[in-house]
Amino acid sequence: MTTRDLDDISALDRALPVLRIILPLAIFVLVICGWEYVVRANGIPPYILPAPSVIAQTLVSDWPSLWPSLVVTLRLTFLALAAAVVGGVGLALLFAQSRLIELSLFPYAVMLQVTPVISIAPLIIIYVDNTTAALLICAWIVAFFPILANTTLGLNSADHNLVNLFQLYGASRWQILWNLRLPAAMPYFLGGLRIAGGLSLIGAVVAEFAAGAGGTATGLAFRILEAGYRLQIPRLFAALILISVAGILIFLLFSAISHLALRHWHESAVKREQ
Amino acid sequence: MHGPAPLVAFGGVDKVFANGTTALKGLDLAIEPGQFVSLLGPSGCGKSTALRLLAGLGRPTSGRIDWPGTSGRPPEIGFVFQEPTLMPWATVFDNVRLPLKLKGVSKGQARGVVEAALARVGLAGFAGVYPRELSGGMKMRVSIARALVTSPSLMLLDEPFAALDEITRFRLNNDLLTVWQDNPLTVVFVTHSVYESVYLSNRIVVMAARPGRVVADIAIDAPYPRTEAFRTSDLYNSHCRAVSAALHQAMGGAA
Repeated sequence: MTTRDLDDISALDRALPVLRIILPLAIFVLVICGWEYVVRANGIPPYILPAPSVIAQTLVSDWPSLWPSLVVTLRLTFLALAAAVVGGVGLALLFAQSRLIELSLFPYAVMLQVTPVISIAPLIIIYVDNTTAALLICAWIVAFFPILANTTLGLNSADHNLVNLFQLYGASRWQILWNLRLPAAMPYFLGGLRIAGGLSLIGAVVAEFAAGAGGTATGLAFRILEAGYRLQIPRLFAALILISVAGILIFLLFSAISHLALRHWHESAVKREQ
Repeated sequence: MHGPAPLVAFGGVDKVFANGTTALKGLDLAIEPGQFVSLLGPSGCGKSTALRLLAGLGRPTSGRIDWPGTSGRPPEIGFVFQEPTLMPWATVFDNVRLPLKLKGVSKGQARGVVEAALARVGLAGFAGVYPRELSGGMKMRVSIARALVTSPSLMLLDEPFAALDEITRFRLNNDLLTVWQDNPLTVVFVTHSVYESVYLSNRIVVMAARPGRVVADIAIDAPYPRTEAFRTSDLYNSHCRAVSAALHQAMGGAA
Protein backbone atom coordinates (compact mmCIF):
# COMPACT_ATOMS: atom_id res chain seq x y z
CA MET A 1 0.00 0.00 0.00
CA THR A 2 1.39 3.42 -0.89
CA THR A 3 1.47 6.43 1.40
CA ARG A 4 -1.18 7.99 -0.79
CA ASP A 5 -3.58 5.11 -0.16
CA LEU A 6 -3.02 5.40 3.58
CA ASP A 7 -3.71 9.12 3.43
CA ASP A 8 -6.93 8.44 1.55
CA ILE A 9 -8.02 5.92 4.17
CA SER A 10 -7.41 8.26 7.07
CA ALA A 11 -9.22 11.04 5.22
CA LEU A 12 -12.20 8.69 4.82
CA ASP A 13 -11.99 7.85 8.53
CA ARG A 14 -12.08 11.50 9.44
CA ALA A 15 -15.04 12.21 7.17
CA LEU A 16 -16.98 9.17 8.40
CA PRO A 17 -19.13 10.92 11.07
CA VAL A 18 -20.21 13.53 8.51
CA LEU A 19 -20.72 10.98 5.72
CA ARG A 20 -22.86 8.87 8.02
CA ILE A 21 -25.41 11.69 8.02
CA ILE A 22 -24.82 13.27 4.59
CA LEU A 23 -25.04 10.12 2.45
CA PRO A 24 -28.42 8.78 3.64
CA LEU A 25 -29.74 12.35 3.56
CA ALA A 26 -28.62 12.76 -0.06
CA ILE A 27 -30.38 9.49 -1.01
CA PHE A 28 -33.49 10.73 0.80
CA VAL A 29 -33.54 14.05 -1.08
CA LEU A 30 -32.87 12.27 -4.38
CA VAL A 31 -35.73 9.78 -3.90
CA ILE A 32 -38.19 12.47 -2.77
CA CYS A 33 -37.34 14.70 -5.73
CA GLY A 34 -37.62 11.78 -8.15
CA TRP A 35 -40.94 10.75 -6.63
CA GLU A 36 -42.31 14.30 -6.85
CA TYR A 37 -41.13 14.57 -10.47
CA VAL A 38 -42.67 11.24 -11.54
CA VAL A 39 -46.02 12.11 -9.96
CA ARG A 40 -46.14 15.58 -11.50
CA ALA A 41 -44.80 14.64 -14.94
CA ASN A 42 -47.31 11.81 -15.35
CA GLY A 43 -50.19 13.59 -13.63
CA ILE A 44 -50.76 10.63 -11.23
CA PRO A 45 -53.85 11.33 -9.10
CA PRO A 46 -53.25 11.51 -5.29
CA TYR A 47 -55.61 8.56 -4.57
CA ILE A 48 -53.20 6.32 -6.50
CA LEU A 49 -49.83 7.83 -5.54
CA PRO A 50 -49.71 11.17 -3.71
CA ALA A 51 -46.70 13.42 -4.27
CA PRO A 52 -44.42 13.95 -1.25
CA SER A 53 -45.53 17.58 -1.10
CA VAL A 54 -49.16 16.48 -0.78
CA ILE A 55 -48.23 13.98 1.97
CA ALA A 56 -46.40 16.74 3.81
CA GLN A 57 -49.41 19.04 3.52
CA THR A 58 -51.68 16.25 4.82
CA LEU A 59 -49.30 15.61 7.70
CA VAL A 60 -49.67 19.27 8.73
CA SER A 61 -53.40 19.63 8.07
CA ASP A 62 -54.33 16.30 9.72
CA TRP A 63 -51.92 16.76 12.62
CA PRO A 64 -54.76 17.44 15.13
CA SER A 65 -56.17 13.94 14.54
CA LEU A 66 -52.89 12.13 13.81
CA TRP A 67 -51.03 13.40 16.88
CA PRO A 68 -53.45 11.93 19.48
CA SER A 69 -53.32 8.62 17.55
CA LEU A 70 -49.53 8.68 17.63
CA VAL A 71 -49.66 9.29 21.40
CA VAL A 72 -52.02 6.32 21.82
CA THR A 73 -49.75 4.02 19.80
CA LEU A 74 -46.58 5.21 21.55
CA ARG A 75 -48.16 4.77 24.96
CA LEU A 76 -49.11 1.23 24.06
CA THR A 77 -45.58 0.65 22.70
CA PHE A 78 -43.83 1.80 25.85
CA LEU A 79 -46.27 0.04 28.19
CA ALA A 80 -45.68 -3.17 26.23
CA LEU A 81 -41.92 -2.62 26.32
CA ALA A 82 -41.98 -1.99 30.07
CA ALA A 83 -44.01 -5.16 30.57
CA ALA A 84 -41.58 -7.01 28.28
CA VAL A 85 -38.60 -5.81 30.35
CA VAL A 86 -40.27 -6.81 33.62
CA GLY A 87 -41.46 -10.16 32.23
CA GLY A 88 -38.31 -10.95 30.23
CA VAL A 89 -35.81 -10.03 32.95
CA GLY A 90 -38.00 -11.58 35.65
CA LEU A 91 -38.23 -14.88 33.82
CA ALA A 92 -34.51 -14.79 32.99
CA LEU A 93 -33.70 -14.31 36.69
CA LEU A 94 -35.99 -17.22 37.53
CA PHE A 95 -34.22 -19.36 34.90
CA ALA A 96 -30.85 -18.33 36.32
CA GLN A 97 -31.88 -19.53 39.78
CA SER A 98 -32.87 -22.99 38.66
CA ARG A 99 -31.93 -25.00 35.62
CA LEU A 100 -35.07 -27.12 36.18
CA ILE A 101 -37.36 -24.11 35.84
CA GLU A 102 -35.51 -23.05 32.68
CA LEU A 103 -35.84 -26.52 31.15
CA SER A 104 -39.56 -26.66 32.03
CA LEU A 105 -40.58 -23.20 30.82
CA PHE A 106 -38.25 -22.22 27.99
CA PRO A 107 -40.04 -24.26 25.28
CA TYR A 108 -43.28 -22.40 26.07
CA ALA A 109 -41.53 -19.06 25.74
CA VAL A 110 -40.30 -20.22 22.32
CA MET A 111 -43.83 -21.34 21.43
CA LEU A 112 -45.20 -17.88 22.26
CA GLN A 113 -42.46 -16.32 20.17
CA VAL A 114 -42.92 -18.43 17.01
CA THR A 115 -46.74 -18.18 16.92
CA PRO A 116 -47.62 -15.16 14.73
CA VAL A 117 -49.25 -12.63 17.03
CA ILE A 118 -51.78 -11.69 14.35
CA SER A 119 -53.21 -15.21 14.62
CA ILE A 120 -53.64 -15.13 18.41
CA ALA A 121 -54.76 -11.50 18.58
CA PRO A 122 -58.46 -12.16 17.72
CA LEU A 123 -58.64 -14.75 20.51
CA ILE A 124 -57.03 -12.43 23.03
CA ILE A 125 -59.36 -9.61 22.04
CA ILE A 126 -62.36 -11.90 22.52
CA TYR A 127 -61.20 -13.26 25.90
CA VAL A 128 -59.91 -10.02 27.41
CA ASP A 129 -62.68 -7.47 27.95
CA ASN A 130 -60.48 -4.44 28.39
CA THR A 131 -59.25 -3.45 24.90
CA THR A 132 -56.13 -1.70 26.18
CA ALA A 133 -55.19 -4.78 28.19
CA ALA A 134 -55.80 -7.02 25.17
CA LEU A 135 -53.60 -4.84 22.93
CA LEU A 136 -50.95 -4.73 25.62
CA ILE A 137 -50.85 -8.53 25.86
CA CYS A 138 -50.46 -8.84 22.06
CA ALA A 139 -47.61 -6.31 21.93
CA TRP A 140 -45.97 -7.91 24.98
CA ILE A 141 -45.95 -11.36 23.34
CA VAL A 142 -43.99 -9.92 20.42
CA ALA A 143 -41.52 -7.91 22.49
CA PHE A 144 -40.61 -10.01 25.50
CA PHE A 145 -38.76 -12.90 23.88
CA PRO A 146 -35.56 -11.12 22.78
CA ILE A 147 -35.20 -9.70 26.28
CA LEU A 148 -35.76 -13.09 27.88
CA ALA A 149 -33.42 -14.95 25.51
CA ASN A 150 -30.64 -12.35 25.65
CA THR A 151 -30.78 -11.81 29.40
CA THR A 152 -30.76 -15.56 30.05
CA LEU A 153 -27.69 -15.92 27.85
CA GLY A 154 -26.03 -12.95 29.56
CA LEU A 155 -26.67 -14.23 33.09
CA ASN A 156 -25.03 -17.53 32.15
CA SER A 157 -21.99 -15.96 30.51
CA ALA A 158 -20.20 -14.54 33.55
CA ASP A 159 -16.46 -15.35 33.57
CA HIS A 160 -16.05 -18.73 35.26
CA ASN A 161 -12.90 -17.65 37.11
CA LEU A 162 -14.71 -14.60 38.48
CA VAL A 163 -17.47 -16.89 39.75
CA ASN A 164 -14.72 -18.92 41.50
CA LEU A 165 -13.24 -15.75 42.93
CA PHE A 166 -16.61 -14.73 44.38
CA GLN A 167 -17.02 -18.22 45.90
CA LEU A 168 -13.52 -18.02 47.33
CA TYR A 169 -14.48 -14.90 49.26
CA GLY A 170 -17.65 -16.57 50.51
CA ALA A 171 -20.07 -14.53 48.38
CA SER A 172 -23.75 -15.40 48.73
CA ARG A 173 -25.93 -16.32 45.74
CA TRP A 174 -27.45 -12.88 45.93
CA GLN A 175 -24.03 -11.15 45.96
CA ILE A 176 -22.92 -13.18 42.93
CA LEU A 177 -26.13 -12.29 41.11
CA TRP A 178 -26.00 -8.60 41.93
CA ASN A 179 -22.26 -7.92 41.60
CA LEU A 180 -21.32 -10.37 38.86
CA ARG A 181 -24.07 -11.99 36.83
CA LEU A 182 -26.24 -8.90 36.35
CA PRO A 183 -23.39 -6.62 35.19
CA ALA A 184 -22.12 -9.42 32.91
CA ALA A 185 -25.62 -9.74 31.44
CA MET A 186 -25.95 -5.99 30.83
CA PRO A 187 -24.63 -5.86 27.22
CA TYR A 188 -26.83 -8.82 26.28
CA PHE A 189 -29.86 -7.27 27.95
CA LEU A 190 -29.31 -3.94 26.21
CA GLY A 191 -28.99 -5.73 22.85
CA GLY A 192 -32.31 -7.44 23.57
CA LEU A 193 -33.85 -4.14 24.63
CA ARG A 194 -32.88 -2.52 21.33
CA ILE A 195 -34.60 -5.30 19.39
CA ALA A 196 -37.60 -5.33 21.75
CA GLY A 197 -38.07 -1.55 21.36
CA GLY A 198 -38.75 -1.94 17.64
CA LEU A 199 -40.75 -5.13 18.15
CA SER A 200 -43.05 -3.56 20.74
CA LEU A 201 -43.96 -0.84 18.22
CA ILE A 202 -44.64 -3.53 15.61
CA GLY A 203 -46.60 -5.51 18.19
CA ALA A 204 -48.63 -2.43 19.15
CA VAL A 205 -49.48 -1.63 15.53
CA VAL A 206 -50.32 -5.25 14.67
CA ALA A 207 -52.54 -5.51 17.75
CA GLU A 208 -54.29 -2.28 16.79
CA PHE A 209 -54.87 -3.66 13.31
CA ALA A 210 -56.38 -6.82 14.75
CA ALA A 211 -58.61 -4.86 17.09
CA GLY A 212 -59.18 -2.03 14.63
CA ALA A 213 -62.15 -3.78 13.02
CA GLY A 214 -63.92 -3.42 16.37
CA GLY A 215 -63.61 0.32 15.97
CA THR A 216 -62.73 0.99 19.59
CA ALA A 217 -59.06 1.80 19.04
CA THR A 218 -57.76 5.19 18.00
CA GLY A 219 -54.10 4.39 17.41
CA LEU A 220 -52.17 5.01 14.20
CA ALA A 221 -53.06 1.56 12.82
CA PHE A 222 -56.72 2.47 13.13
CA ARG A 223 -56.01 5.73 11.24
CA ILE A 224 -54.37 3.71 8.46
CA LEU A 225 -57.32 1.31 8.22
CA GLU A 226 -59.75 4.21 8.24
CA ALA A 227 -57.83 6.12 5.57
CA GLY A 228 -57.63 2.95 3.46
CA TYR A 229 -61.41 2.42 3.57
CA ARG A 230 -61.97 6.04 2.55
CA LEU A 231 -59.22 6.02 -0.09
CA GLN A 232 -57.50 8.94 1.70
CA ILE A 233 -54.14 7.75 0.42
CA PRO A 234 -52.13 10.89 1.41
CA ARG A 235 -53.38 10.47 5.00
CA LEU A 236 -52.45 6.79 4.89
CA PHE A 237 -48.92 7.74 3.85
CA ALA A 238 -48.77 10.41 6.56
CA ALA A 239 -49.69 7.87 9.27
CA LEU A 240 -47.19 5.40 7.83
CA ILE A 241 -44.43 8.01 8.01
CA LEU A 242 -45.27 8.74 11.64
CA ILE A 243 -44.95 5.04 12.50
CA SER A 244 -41.59 4.76 10.71
CA VAL A 245 -40.21 7.90 12.35
CA ALA A 246 -41.40 6.69 15.75
CA GLY A 247 -39.64 3.35 15.11
CA ILE A 248 -36.40 5.06 14.12
CA LEU A 249 -36.51 7.35 17.18
CA ILE A 250 -37.12 4.38 19.48
CA PHE A 251 -34.14 2.56 17.95
CA LEU A 252 -31.92 5.64 18.33
CA LEU A 253 -33.10 6.15 21.91
CA PHE A 254 -32.14 2.62 22.95
CA SER A 255 -28.90 2.70 20.99
CA ALA A 256 -27.98 5.85 22.92
CA ILE A 257 -28.95 4.27 26.26
CA SER A 258 -26.92 1.19 25.40
CA HIS A 259 -23.92 3.29 24.42
CA LEU A 260 -24.08 5.38 27.59
CA ALA A 261 -24.35 2.32 29.81
CA LEU A 262 -21.44 0.48 28.17
CA ARG A 263 -19.12 3.25 27.01
CA HIS A 264 -16.55 2.67 29.75
CA TRP A 265 -15.96 -1.00 29.30
CA HIS A 266 -17.71 -2.97 26.59
CA GLU A 267 -15.97 -3.61 23.27
CA SER A 268 -19.11 -2.58 21.38
CA ALA A 269 -19.07 0.95 22.80
CA VAL A 270 -15.36 1.66 23.25
CA LYS A 271 -13.71 3.98 20.75
CA ARG A 272 -10.41 2.69 19.40
CA GLU A 273 -7.65 4.59 17.74
CA GLN A 274 -5.59 2.72 15.17
CA MET B 1 11.54 -31.02 57.93
CA HIS B 2 10.78 -30.56 61.59
CA GLY B 3 9.98 -26.89 61.92
CA PRO B 4 6.87 -25.38 63.48
CA ALA B 5 3.44 -26.92 62.86
CA PRO B 6 2.71 -26.81 59.12
CA LEU B 7 0.23 -24.24 57.92
CA VAL B 8 -1.52 -26.80 55.78
CA ALA B 9 -1.09 -30.52 55.15
CA PHE B 10 -2.45 -32.68 52.36
CA GLY B 11 -2.97 -36.24 53.63
CA GLY B 12 -3.35 -38.90 50.94
CA VAL B 13 -5.46 -36.60 48.77
CA ASP B 14 -7.05 -38.07 45.63
CA LYS B 15 -8.99 -36.00 43.18
CA VAL B 16 -10.95 -37.73 40.46
CA PHE B 17 -13.07 -35.60 38.13
CA ALA B 18 -16.53 -36.60 36.95
CA ASN B 19 -15.12 -37.55 33.53
CA GLY B 20 -12.88 -40.15 35.20
CA THR B 21 -9.61 -38.20 35.01
CA THR B 22 -7.43 -38.79 38.06
CA ALA B 23 -5.96 -35.34 38.66
CA LEU B 24 -4.25 -36.21 41.96
CA LYS B 25 -3.30 -39.57 43.45
CA GLY B 26 -2.24 -39.93 47.08
CA LEU B 27 -0.88 -36.40 47.49
CA ASP B 28 1.01 -35.90 50.75
CA LEU B 29 2.37 -32.42 51.18
CA ALA B 30 2.90 -30.17 54.19
CA ILE B 31 3.54 -26.46 53.75
CA GLU B 32 5.07 -24.48 56.56
CA PRO B 33 4.19 -20.89 57.42
CA GLY B 34 6.34 -18.34 55.62
CA GLN B 35 7.48 -20.71 52.88
CA PHE B 36 7.52 -19.72 49.24
CA VAL B 37 6.60 -23.02 47.59
CA SER B 38 6.48 -23.56 43.83
CA LEU B 39 4.47 -26.43 42.40
CA LEU B 40 6.31 -27.30 39.20
CA GLY B 41 5.31 -29.83 36.59
CA PRO B 42 4.07 -30.56 33.09
CA SER B 43 0.45 -29.81 32.24
CA GLY B 44 -1.93 -32.42 33.61
CA CYS B 45 0.15 -33.07 36.74
CA GLY B 46 -2.58 -31.69 39.01
CA LYS B 47 -0.65 -28.67 40.29
CA SER B 48 -3.55 -26.29 39.56
CA THR B 49 -5.99 -28.81 41.02
CA ALA B 50 -3.98 -28.92 44.25
CA LEU B 51 -4.03 -25.12 44.38
CA ARG B 52 -7.78 -24.99 43.87
CA LEU B 53 -8.31 -27.55 46.62
CA LEU B 54 -6.24 -25.32 48.93
CA ALA B 55 -8.51 -22.42 48.01
CA GLY B 56 -11.58 -24.46 48.88
CA LEU B 57 -12.74 -24.52 45.25
CA GLY B 58 -13.73 -28.18 45.12
CA ARG B 59 -13.25 -31.02 47.60
CA PRO B 60 -10.84 -33.95 47.57
CA THR B 61 -12.38 -37.21 46.35
CA SER B 62 -10.63 -38.90 49.25
CA GLY B 63 -7.96 -38.00 51.81
CA ARG B 64 -7.91 -34.80 53.80
CA ILE B 65 -6.57 -31.27 53.90
CA ASP B 66 -5.76 -30.09 57.43
CA TRP B 67 -4.90 -26.63 58.69
CA PRO B 68 -2.90 -27.29 61.88
CA GLY B 69 -1.22 -23.87 61.71
CA THR B 70 -4.49 -21.99 62.04
CA SER B 71 -6.37 -24.24 64.49
CA GLY B 72 -8.18 -26.24 61.87
CA ARG B 73 -9.79 -23.53 59.78
CA PRO B 74 -8.33 -22.20 56.52
CA PRO B 75 -6.68 -18.80 56.98
CA GLU B 76 -7.42 -15.67 54.96
CA ILE B 77 -6.49 -16.62 51.37
CA GLY B 78 -5.60 -14.48 48.36
CA PHE B 79 -5.88 -16.08 44.90
CA VAL B 80 -4.34 -14.93 41.63
CA PHE B 81 -5.55 -16.64 38.45
CA GLN B 82 -3.64 -17.25 35.24
CA GLU B 83 -5.67 -14.45 33.64
CA PRO B 84 -6.12 -11.16 35.50
CA THR B 85 -9.84 -12.07 35.93
CA LEU B 86 -10.98 -8.50 36.50
CA MET B 87 -14.53 -7.24 36.18
CA PRO B 88 -14.42 -5.16 32.98
CA TRP B 89 -17.33 -2.96 34.07
CA ALA B 90 -15.64 -1.88 37.30
CA THR B 91 -12.77 0.55 37.85
CA VAL B 92 -9.42 -0.62 39.21
CA PHE B 93 -10.50 0.69 42.63
CA ASP B 94 -13.76 -1.27 42.61
CA ASN B 95 -12.01 -4.41 41.36
CA VAL B 96 -9.49 -4.31 44.20
CA ARG B 97 -12.23 -3.46 46.70
CA LEU B 98 -14.33 -6.49 45.70
CA PRO B 99 -13.15 -8.94 48.43
CA LEU B 100 -13.82 -6.32 51.11
CA LYS B 101 -17.19 -5.45 49.62
CA LEU B 102 -18.20 -9.12 49.70
CA LYS B 103 -17.29 -9.18 53.39
CA GLY B 104 -19.52 -6.18 54.03
CA VAL B 105 -16.79 -3.55 54.54
CA SER B 106 -18.12 -0.11 53.59
CA LYS B 107 -16.56 1.87 50.76
CA GLY B 108 -15.29 4.53 53.13
CA GLN B 109 -13.59 2.00 55.39
CA ALA B 110 -12.14 0.14 52.41
CA ARG B 111 -10.67 3.22 50.71
CA GLY B 112 -7.43 3.39 52.68
CA VAL B 113 -6.74 -0.35 52.44
CA VAL B 114 -7.47 -0.43 48.70
CA GLU B 115 -5.22 2.55 48.05
CA ALA B 116 -2.43 0.97 50.10
CA ALA B 117 -2.75 -2.29 48.14
CA LEU B 118 -2.61 -0.38 44.84
CA ALA B 119 0.43 1.57 46.00
CA ARG B 120 2.15 -1.69 46.96
CA VAL B 121 1.90 -2.96 43.36
CA GLY B 122 2.92 0.41 41.91
CA LEU B 123 -0.52 1.47 40.66
CA ALA B 124 -1.17 4.37 43.03
CA GLY B 125 -2.51 6.72 40.35
CA PHE B 126 -4.74 4.23 38.56
CA ALA B 127 -7.70 3.82 40.92
CA GLY B 128 -10.25 5.40 38.59
CA VAL B 129 -9.14 3.62 35.41
CA TYR B 130 -11.03 0.77 33.74
CA PRO B 131 -9.18 -2.55 33.14
CA ARG B 132 -9.31 -2.28 29.33
CA GLU B 133 -7.11 0.84 29.55
CA LEU B 134 -4.30 -1.15 31.22
CA SER B 135 -1.54 -3.31 29.74
CA GLY B 136 -1.39 -7.03 30.49
CA GLY B 137 1.25 -6.53 33.21
CA MET B 138 -0.73 -3.76 34.89
CA LYS B 139 -3.89 -5.88 34.86
CA MET B 140 -1.93 -8.62 36.62
CA ARG B 141 -0.77 -6.08 39.23
CA VAL B 142 -4.41 -5.15 39.86
CA SER B 143 -5.15 -8.83 40.29
CA ILE B 144 -2.32 -9.12 42.83
CA ALA B 145 -3.49 -5.97 44.67
CA ARG B 146 -6.95 -7.53 44.90
CA ALA B 147 -5.45 -10.70 46.40
CA LEU B 148 -3.51 -8.59 48.94
CA VAL B 149 -6.37 -6.35 50.02
CA THR B 150 -7.68 -8.73 52.69
CA SER B 151 -4.16 -9.05 54.20
CA PRO B 152 -4.11 -12.81 53.56
CA SER B 153 -1.62 -15.06 55.30
CA LEU B 154 -1.67 -17.46 52.34
CA MET B 155 -1.29 -16.37 48.71
CA LEU B 156 -2.12 -18.85 45.96
CA LEU B 157 -0.95 -18.02 42.45
CA ASP B 158 -1.87 -20.15 39.43
CA GLU B 159 0.69 -19.50 36.66
CA PRO B 160 0.03 -15.78 37.03
CA PHE B 161 2.81 -14.54 34.75
CA ALA B 162 2.68 -17.20 32.03
CA ALA B 163 1.06 -14.90 29.48
CA LEU B 164 3.37 -11.92 30.05
CA ASP B 165 6.50 -10.86 28.20
CA GLU B 166 9.85 -11.62 29.87
CA ILE B 167 10.65 -8.06 30.96
CA THR B 168 7.27 -7.66 32.64
CA ARG B 169 7.53 -11.13 34.15
CA PHE B 170 10.94 -10.38 35.74
CA ARG B 171 9.65 -7.13 37.19
CA LEU B 172 6.54 -8.79 38.63
CA ASN B 173 8.71 -11.61 40.04
CA ASN B 174 10.69 -9.01 41.97
CA ASP B 175 7.56 -7.20 43.13
CA LEU B 176 6.04 -10.47 44.33
CA LEU B 177 9.21 -11.30 46.30
CA THR B 178 9.14 -7.83 47.90
CA VAL B 179 5.52 -8.32 48.96
CA TRP B 180 6.34 -11.75 50.37
CA GLN B 181 9.34 -10.48 52.32
CA ASP B 182 7.50 -7.43 53.72
CA ASN B 183 4.58 -9.46 55.05
CA PRO B 184 4.06 -12.58 57.17
CA LEU B 185 2.96 -14.42 54.06
CA THR B 186 3.03 -18.01 52.81
CA VAL B 187 3.02 -18.34 49.03
CA VAL B 188 2.10 -21.33 46.88
CA PHE B 189 3.04 -20.61 43.28
CA VAL B 190 2.06 -22.85 40.38
CA THR B 191 4.32 -22.63 37.35
CA HIS B 192 5.75 -24.68 34.52
CA SER B 193 8.91 -22.59 34.34
CA VAL B 194 12.01 -24.05 36.02
CA TYR B 195 13.79 -20.67 35.93
CA GLU B 196 10.90 -18.76 37.48
CA SER B 197 10.43 -21.32 40.26
CA VAL B 198 14.15 -21.35 41.20
CA TYR B 199 14.33 -17.55 41.21
CA LEU B 200 11.30 -17.11 43.44
CA SER B 201 10.92 -19.99 45.82
CA ASN B 202 12.76 -21.53 48.74
CA ARG B 203 11.11 -24.87 48.05
CA ILE B 204 10.13 -26.53 44.79
CA VAL B 205 7.70 -29.44 44.67
CA VAL B 206 8.08 -31.25 41.34
CA MET B 207 4.99 -33.09 40.17
CA ALA B 208 4.36 -35.70 37.47
CA ALA B 209 1.24 -36.39 35.44
CA ARG B 210 -1.08 -39.38 34.96
CA PRO B 211 -1.78 -39.66 37.79
CA GLY B 212 -0.83 -36.32 39.35
CA ARG B 213 1.69 -36.93 42.14
CA VAL B 214 4.77 -35.46 43.83
CA VAL B 215 8.08 -36.84 42.55
CA ALA B 216 10.64 -34.50 44.08
CA ASP B 217 10.82 -31.93 46.86
CA ILE B 218 13.80 -29.62 46.43
CA ALA B 219 14.98 -26.89 48.81
CA ILE B 220 16.44 -23.76 47.19
CA ASP B 221 18.60 -22.36 49.97
CA ALA B 222 19.89 -19.23 48.24
CA PRO B 223 19.48 -16.22 50.53
CA TYR B 224 16.94 -13.45 50.03
CA PRO B 225 16.68 -10.71 48.89
CA ARG B 226 17.33 -12.19 45.45
CA THR B 227 18.18 -9.72 42.75
CA GLU B 228 19.05 -9.70 39.06
CA ALA B 229 22.57 -10.70 40.10
CA PHE B 230 21.15 -14.00 41.40
CA ARG B 231 19.57 -14.69 38.00
CA THR B 232 23.01 -14.93 36.41
CA SER B 233 24.90 -16.57 39.30
CA ASP B 234 26.43 -20.06 39.28
CA LEU B 235 24.33 -20.96 42.30
CA TYR B 236 21.15 -20.13 40.34
CA ASN B 237 22.37 -22.17 37.38
CA SER B 238 23.22 -25.22 39.46
CA HIS B 239 19.78 -25.13 41.11
CA CYS B 240 18.16 -24.79 37.69
CA ARG B 241 20.12 -27.83 36.47
CA ALA B 242 19.02 -29.91 39.47
CA VAL B 243 15.37 -28.91 39.14
CA SER B 244 15.43 -29.45 35.36
CA ALA B 245 16.79 -32.95 35.91
CA ALA B 246 14.03 -33.70 38.42
CA LEU B 247 11.42 -32.35 36.03
CA HIS B 248 12.88 -34.41 33.18
CA GLN B 249 12.59 -37.49 35.33
CA ALA B 250 9.03 -36.53 36.23
CA MET B 251 8.17 -36.54 32.55
CA GLY B 252 9.40 -40.11 32.31
CA GLY B 253 12.79 -39.17 30.92
CA ALA B 254 11.10 -38.87 27.54
CA ALA B 255 9.67 -35.87 25.64
